[in-house]
Amino acid sequence: MTRFIVRRLIGMIAVLFAISVIVFLIFNVIPNSDPAARIAGKNADPALIARVSADLGLDQPLPVQYLTMMRQILTGQLMSYAKDRNVLEQIWDGLPATFSLCIGAGVLWMAVAVVFGYLSAVHAGRFTDRTLTILSLVGISMPVFWLAAVLLYLLTYKVQLFPTGSYVPLSRNPVEWAYHLVLPWITLAILYIGFYSRVLRSNMLDTMNEDFVRTARAKGLSERQVRIRHVLRNSMIPVVTLFGLDFGMVVGGAILTETVYNLDGVGLYAGEAIRSLDLPPLIGVTMFGAFFIVLLNTVVDIVYAVLDPRIRLGQAAAV
Amino acid sequence: MSALLTVRDLRVGFRTDDGLVRAVDGVSFDVRAGEVLAIVGESGSGKSVTAQTITGLTRAPNATITGSVRYRGQELVDLDDAGLRAVRGEQIAMVFQDPMSSLNPVYRVGDQIVEMIRAHRDVSRAEARERAVELLRSVGIAQPESRIRDYPHQFSGGMRQRVMIAMALALEPAVLIADEPTTALDVTVQAQILRLLARLNRERDLAVIMITHDLGVVAELADRVLVMYAGQVVENGTLDDIFYRPQHPYTAGLLGSLTRLDEPRGRRLPQIPGQPPSLLTPPQGCRFAPRCAHRFDRCAELPELDDRGGTGHLDRCWLDSEHRQRLREPVVVS
Repeated sequence: MTRFIVRRLIGMIAVLFAISVIVFLIFNVIPNSDPAARIAGKNADPALIARVSADLGLDQPLPVQYLTMMRQILTGQLMSYAKDRNVLEQIWDGLPATFSLCIGAGVLWMAVAVVFGYLSAVHAGRFTDRTLTILSLVGISMPVFWLAAVLLYLLTYKVQLFPTGSYVPLSRNPVEWAYHLVLPWITLAILYIGFYSRVLRSNMLDTMNEDFVRTARAKGLSERQVRIRHVLRNSMIPVVTLFGLDFGMVVGGAILTETVYNLDGVGLYAGEAIRSLDLPPLIGVTMFGAFFIVLLNTVVDIVYAVLDPRIRLGQAAAV
Repeated sequence: MSALLTVRDLRVGFRTDDGLVRAVDGVSFDVRAGEVLAIVGESGSGKSVTAQTITGLTRAPNATITGSVRYRGQELVDLDDAGLRAVRGEQIAMVFQDPMSSLNPVYRVGDQIVEMIRAHRDVSRAEARERAVELLRSVGIAQPESRIRDYPHQFSGGMRQRVMIAMALALEPAVLIADEPTTALDVTVQAQILRLLARLNRERDLAVIMITHDLGVVAELADRVLVMYAGQVVENGTLDDIFYRPQHPYTAGLLGSLTRLDEPRGRRLPQIPGQPPSLLTPPQGCRFAPRCAHRFDRCAELPELDDRGGTGHLDRCWLDSEHRQRLREPVVVS
């Protein structure tokens, strides 16, 4: 177990290093991305641009610039070019909104997907299954930005059922917090509900043909016990894996949802940074997202070993 | 002694895209308390479907099941789910072919036995666990106190099959249906499992229905033998009847294709020519006729399963007693 965690930590560092290098290089080959030129303003004379360049350290060779940036990240000193604000503080301030959005949406999509997938598999081929299949496909097909805009238009403007977004801290007013997040949660969850309920359905249909399910029936268990304890339990393993990966992705980049609903989380910050081609926040947010994806990957591997006892971490596979 | 389990004219059909598959087509037999009945046949002969239909495991939207299965006088074929659950495990327990896949890989074996006990008896988890330990010990698993906390993958194939048997015995059923219980195991382990089943049959007066295609297994254990071919019973007799006085050419063919120690080595094993018929479109008349070396005009008509010799040894064959004698002569293969 210790060996497993150490190995994962080393892997995580390697991944983060690679990502930071790639983002840094991409930024430096994009045309018109020179921050000094933009900060100095239109019609600035070359001397001014050169001075801004020197201030930001952009006159140094690329490897030196990269190392400086990494040192700033590790010491929490990284400042954005455009607004001269501390990147890590900005990300930190965005965490409550981002986590509220992601955790709520994650709980919602898992809960609904399990119910839908279960019902779909149990009634496979019949009306319930067909209805849920169509709903799932519709959910998978709707782009997030479109869905968000439509929900916002229908439910806050046409029928004034929900507030137009923006984040209310949980500590200030839990009811308002949830009320403001209902639409973003639904928006973010729908795609995954469709996708996960499909995956769970097909897993369950496969598992129903397993010999141990027949054993469970032969033991005299009720059909409900067979389905929940034996079929559903064994079908959840791949779904949990997916959840870990997707949850990491969502934490690192619910940019569209946060932007449409004006939730000032990490995603909104990332969106702004992209629009203003501001390298320090971009690198910061990308590495933050990558960190969560790698972290959740590790968590998935650990949870996997709990769910499926045939997998044991850090030792040779038995049989 | 009256029969514990009576199966009469059991028919099981499955609707498929290609048509109706008549997997079991008019099967009848009795099982008495404490008796070992072997059901023998090749793959697709309907022996497993017959066994699984007894406890309703073949019930499915595309399945049609008719005929009668009576356990101590109670009809099981049209019994509702709740009634069937009370019979499963409690009265008639099952052990399946592949012990690798018949146990749920994500639960500890102890918990799987406990689950079975608690599905039928109102006992505490601790009591059920104690019973599980006892059961594992009775089927020859060492250190059962610690092994109940192990997962199925931590057991070898033979040990897993012992676990399956222990679980099947948890509620002291009167009938154990063992569906090819040794097929997936090494030969030495097979012998151990068979000896275990024989001991349980003797000690607990447990009736065993043994599904197998292995005549060696049959000889080891069975009191009576049912030979199945293409969804029908072609011969039903005592162990000695079947092995020494086969009355159906198919049975004779099966026996003839066994390797024997009393014959010269290097001899080519005789085989039954041809393939078993499709259950979608079984042949008119005797099902075995197209492969039978002894067929004659009457075989165009399907013979009933009958006691033709008046000895309680049933068969489905038109051959007269003189021809039957010849079935028992050694087959000469050029």
